[in-house]
Amino acid sequence: MLVIEGLAKQYPTGDRALKGVSLTVPKGQIMALIGPSGAGKSTLIRCVNRLVEPTAGRVTLDGQPITGLSRRGLRQARRKMGMIFQEFALVERLTVMENVLSGRLGYVGFWRSWFRRFPEADVAAAFALLDRVGLAGFEDKRADALSGGQRQRVGIARALLQHPSLLLVDEPTASLDPKTSRQIMRLLQELCRERGLAAIINIHDVALAQMFAERIVGLRSGEIVYDGPPDDVSADILTRIYGEEDWSQTIRLPDEDGEPEMPHADAGAVNRERLAGLT
Amino acid sequence: MTTAAIDRARRWRPPPLIANPVLRWALLLGAVVYLALAVSGIPVNWERVSEGLERGGRFLAGFLYPDFSSRFGEIFEGFVESLVMTVVATVLGLLVSIPVALGAARNLAPLPVYYFCRGLIALSRTFQEIIVAILFVAMFGFGPFAGVLTLVFGTVGFLSKLLAEDIEDIDRSQVEAIRATGGSWFQLLNYGVQPQVMPRLIGLSLYRLDINFRESAVIGIVGAGGIGATLNTAFDRYEYDVAAAILLVIIVIVMIAEYSSSAIRRWVQ
Repeated sequence: MLVIEGLAKQYPTGDRALKGVSLTVPKGQIMALIGPSGAGKSTLIRCVNRLVEPTAGRVTLDGQPITGLSRRGLRQARRKMGMIFQEFALVERLTVMENVLSGRLGYVGFWRSWFRRFPEADVAAAFALLDRVGLAGFEDKRADALSGGQRQRVGIARALLQHPSLLLVDEPTASLDPKTSRQIMRLLQELCRERGLAAIINIHDVALAQMFAERIVGLRSGEIVYDGPPDDVSADILTRIYGEEDWSQTIRLPDEDGEPEMPHADAGAVNRERLAGLT
Repeated sequence: MTTAAIDRARRWRPPPLIANPVLRWALLLGAVVYLALAVSGIPVNWERVSEGLERGGRFLAGFLYPDFSSRFGEIFEGFVESLVMTVVATVLGLLVSIPVALGAARNLAPLPVYYFCRGLIALSRTFQEIIVAILFVAMFGFGPFAGVLTLVFGTVGFLSKLLAEDIEDIDRSQVEAIRATGGSWFQLLNYGVQPQVMPRLIGLSLYRLDINFRESAVIGIVGAGGIGATLNTAFDRYEYDVAAAILLVIIVIVMIAEYSSSAIRRWVQ
């Protein structure tokens, strides 16, 4: 179970990306985080594994406080949080297998990882996962030789090989076509259910969020403005989250697939912070 | 007709680099005057030139009849020494360059380390190899040891700077993903950074290998060993045919190195 209390983030530029967010994600829950660009979605999930250092507030995963951990403790805690990225963030020049096995870096020593001599159990688990995400036989292909959907599957396998209890998913479908988006979301949903994994999924596509998440949280200007089941998301609520617009075509109607794509550009200050955090 | 008229009416010129026309023309005129004065200020001794032409002619004539055989032993030794210096210096330089480059990459190193490594690079790049070679020859005596140190010094400045710039250009998201798995700092370098800069690193090392070979010929002239020393001796003895032979071999080796390194670089991409 993930517990977030009073989480706040102020960037050095003065932007207040998060203004005291409190949120509890129980074990096994798939939660979609929606909100306009710059609302702080990306910052929120990065504050959970502290790729972005929060200014205030507490994060606790399965009873372990994440905020306040030492460097070493943080590295160990990060193993329990698998992350999936918008642009897949695979290491392009490495093979699919190396990318998947990099999910074990938090568990194996430096020299083992340097010589790519991962424990047999890890390699077996990696093969099983590749099989599960539909990429059997792709292990020796280079990551940059894959299509977008295939890359995201590798990204998912990498995150799952960490044996996490929580998935942090940042715009998993923003670089994919509508059909692939659905497949990826469905795969995520199935895997979470199989393994009892909780997930926070940042997503711009409201219809997709409604389709695959059990709970929707709306973020606007760093504050939670909606928290409830997907079916209760109405035009009024979307107006509260995103602002005034004609929402009649956006909300999922029974047995109908709408395909609204919204522009995204959630970067700016977040990027600078991430870069600074590389040290 | 009417369209032509409109075209003429709406002519367009790119805006000048310097908006003020007076300043623009003054700068241009100033540059021309300065150039004229500078050229006329270079002293040329025409008598000496006519004498030198003959000597130059003899030198060039040497190329027509290069003498590989009479000093074959010395030439061969010189080349072996140069090649050894080149390889050793490139490898050592590479080993030193990698940590310096990591330190000089703003996205990896904390600020004090960054300034220290950038300082080191600047120092290495400020001094031309010849000057460094003279210093090292003074410190360690004539011979290839001073030459190797000189080349290492030059290699570090060159490789670290270019590698650091490549590291600063890497895709951050790949690094972020490795960080999110809980990998250590060294694993981050090995998985997140190294694959991204490897082709460039190999290309730069090969490039530096042929620069080092050429430099080894030059620094030999100031006493730092290698084929340069042999070449210098040949000039001192006015053996232009031997000098020509040495220069021809240098040209051939540089061309081979150039061709093979570009082939390898293409393969690595």
